[in-house]
Amino acid sequence: LFYSFFKTLVGKDVVVELKNDLSICGTLQSVDQYLNINLNDISVTDPNKYPHMMSMKNCFIRGSVVRYVQLPADECDTVELQNAARKEAMQSKSVAATASAAAAGGGGGGGGTGGHGGAH
Amino acid sequence: CLKVMESASRQQALASLASIEEPMDLIRVSLDEIVHVKMRNERELRGRLHAFDSHLNMVLGDVEETVTTLEIDEETYEEVYKATKRTVPMLFVRGDGVILVSPIGSSQAA
Repeated sequence: LFYSFFKTLVGKDVVVELKNDLSICGTLQSVDQYLNINLNDISVTDPNKYPHMMSMKNCFIRGSVVRYVQLPADECDTVELQNAARKEAMQSKSVAATASAAAAGGGGGGGGTGGHGGAH
Repeated sequence: CLKVMESASRQQALASLASIEEPMDLIRVSLDEIVHVKMRNERELRGRLHAFDSHLNMVLGDVEETVTTLEIDEETYEEVYKATKRTVPMLFVRGDGVILVSPIGSSQAA
C-alpha cells in the first residue's frame, strides 16, 4: 500500500527525517518495496538538524532509518488513501482468516490420519 | 477427524459474519478521525489518520508532534520541558517507531 503511495510521489519534494534526528529535503527519485528512498538534489531544511554533506547531491536512504517523511498536503487524495487503507485492512484480515482456517484444517486432517494409524 | 474440520470452517464462517473486532479493525474504524499516536523517544503525535498498514506505517494529516525532554535546572531540581513541533501538511510515519494508537473524539480541542 505505502509502496504504491510513494511511487505516486516520485518527482515531488519531500523532507525525510531520520531516526538520528537529521532532516534532509530533496526530490524523491525512487522508492522500493522496503521503502528505501533515493533523494535527488538535496537541500537544507532545519539548519541544526542537517548533516554537513555539501558534497552530496543525491543519496540513498535505507527505509529502516526513516522516522518521518514530510509530504505536501496537496499530494494525495485523502479519501483515496482512506479507501485504500480500508481495503488493505480487509484483505489482510481475510488472508489471516483463511490461513488460520487452512492451518486448523490441515492440523485436523493430520491428527485424523495419525489416529487411524494408531487404531490399526 | 471430520468433526474437527467442520468446526474449523464453521469458525471461519462465524468470523466473517460477526466481523470480529481485532486490533487492526479498531484502527480501521479510526480512519479519518483524529488519533493520538505514542512513539518511541518520548514523542507523541496528534493528527487525522488517513492511511495505515499492518506494520503500523501511517499517513497523518495536520499533525502536531510533541517531544518531551527533561531539562535539568542546576539551581533547583528537575524540570520537564515540552517542545511542540507543528507539521501542518501530510506526514508519513514509519511503523517501527509506533508504540500505541488511540482515537480521540473529533470534537475535542487541543
